[in-house]
Amino acid sequence: MAKAAKKVKKAARSVPAGSVQVPKLVEDMEFIQPTPRGTKLKGRGKPSFWGYRRENGRVGVRNHVVILPLDDLANAACEAVGHNIKGTLAIPHPYGRLQFGADLELHFDTLIGTGSNPNVAAVIVIGIESGWTQRVVDGIAKTGKPVAGFSIEQNGDHKVIAAASKQAKEFVHWATELRREEASVDELWVSVKCGESDTTSGLASNPTVGNFIDKMDAWGATTCFGETSEITGAEMVCASRGATKAVGDKFLKTFNAYMDEVIEPHKTSDLSDSQPTKGNIEGGLTTIEEKAFGNLEKIGKKAKYIDVLEPAEAPGKGPGLYFMDTSSAAAECVTLQAAAGFVVHLFPTGQGNVVGNPIEPVIKLTANPRTVRTMSEHIDYDCSGIMRREMNLDQAGDGLIDMCIRTCNGRNTAAEALGHRQFVLTKLYRSA
Amino acid sequence: MAAPHFLVHEKADSVGVIVVEGVEAKSTLSGWLMETDGNIRVKSIDAIPLGHKVALKNIKKGDTITKYGHDIGKAIADIAKGGHVHVHNVKTKRW
Repeated sequence: MAKAAKKVKKAARSVPAGSVQVPKLVEDMEFIQPTPRGTKLKGRGKPSFWGYRRENGRVGVRNHVVILPLDDLANAACEAVGHNIKGTLAIPHPYGRLQFGADLELHFDTLIGTGSNPNVAAVIVIGIESGWTQRVVDGIAKTGKPVAGFSIEQNGDHKVIAAASKQAKEFVHWATELRREEASVDELWVSVKCGESDTTSGLASNPTVGNFIDKMDAWGATTCFGETSEITGAEMVCASRGATKAVGDKFLKTFNAYMDEVIEPHKTSDLSDSQPTKGNIEGGLTTIEEKAFGNLEKIGKKAKYIDVLEPAEAPGKGPGLYFMDTSSAAAECVTLQAAAGFVVHLFPTGQGNVVGNPIEPVIKLTANPRTVRTMSEHIDYDCSGIMRREMNLDQAGDGLIDMCIRTCNGRNTAAEALGHRQFVLTKLYRSA
Repeated sequence: MAAPHFLVHEKADSVGVIVVEGVEAKSTLSGWLMETDGNIRVKSIDAIPLGHKVALKNIKKGDTITKYGHDIGKAIADIAKGGHVHVHNVKTKRW
């Protein structure tokens, strides 16, 4: 180069100058926490984020190449491809054989929805036979994203793994060249669900999510809550939060159907041993009603839900808050919300649920000071300051918005870093 | 402002939630009434763990327990003001 003294552009220091001492004992280690880059939002106006715009116009916040099994029998081949080709993600699950009726439809909806989620760049589907595999491929292909299917019968695992690996490698080359672009939060789809709740959830972490929802709703984001069983005792209050009486009635119909079709035929005594859970009770929650009112704090004070969704059903009425009929089990609920197209999840916890999802980043927050102390590696956002009157809900909500935007921009969540990828399909009844 | 020992959602509530660890019997506890941003005090008569509830008044067997301003169940035993309120003395009315 002619001009040797060309000026080099440097990034701001992320750590203090100087190197740290290598500790003799790891207990003496002082951990380095580099300063986050470019995370300050300008004022408190409507924020934007950097995501991947997909062929169908939706914006994702992750860029996965997913290796998706149609059924349990294809898990081994999918995992082999996942090992062969770095940058892919196999998501094994235990179902897909001899299902029928509504249960089979939900299986297809969940797999197709997962592959179609904008956090996914491209998909390889592997199934035991080609018929149902083709159905999943066709469903995902409607988004316009690259998707290829392979079937094991008449080929065997070896040939399928070789061919699928070759295809997956091409998808990885292609996907890793995609670039993030700026999008407004009115293009962001956020789901919420709490877990291992305790009384601190209802006091602070759920209301923090509620504050987030109220603000995001006003900015035109698309948001979703669920957990049909955990509204028990607060169902009339929940019904009153429907945008219209018709939507509130639709919620009550869903709630009552769940009571009549799931709880009544299957309960052996009452639900006192399951709802609240042992963890909830340890955390101070006494009754399902107490848990339900705490749960509802997640939808804020102003936002009204504009529709009631079937499990895994994509919202169809534009931006706004939606209720989805889901189990209250963490992984089942998040899996259904991800399959409906939600790209980032807020998960307030009290006692410390550690759930994650393979394709939808799960942001954990807690207000329980003991959980902050004993399980800090699982917590992305600490709002225990509310309990000490050090911060109010408005400040806590703003802090959560910042963490959500940072996560959308690429910050890996605790659950992602720790490898929590609970992909749990909801099964409506046993297979034929 | 000193950090409170317990929080109360609404004025109508008959219970508050302990938000610190290590509350012993016969402690004078300061509380934050969130609805009105007010202060309240109660003397504990039991040791109460973090996250568990304290009775803000004398509660009779059969009385409704109010939290969030709503009915969250009924007392299945008498509970004195300052007592530990949980599954041993409160049950849902639903199941």
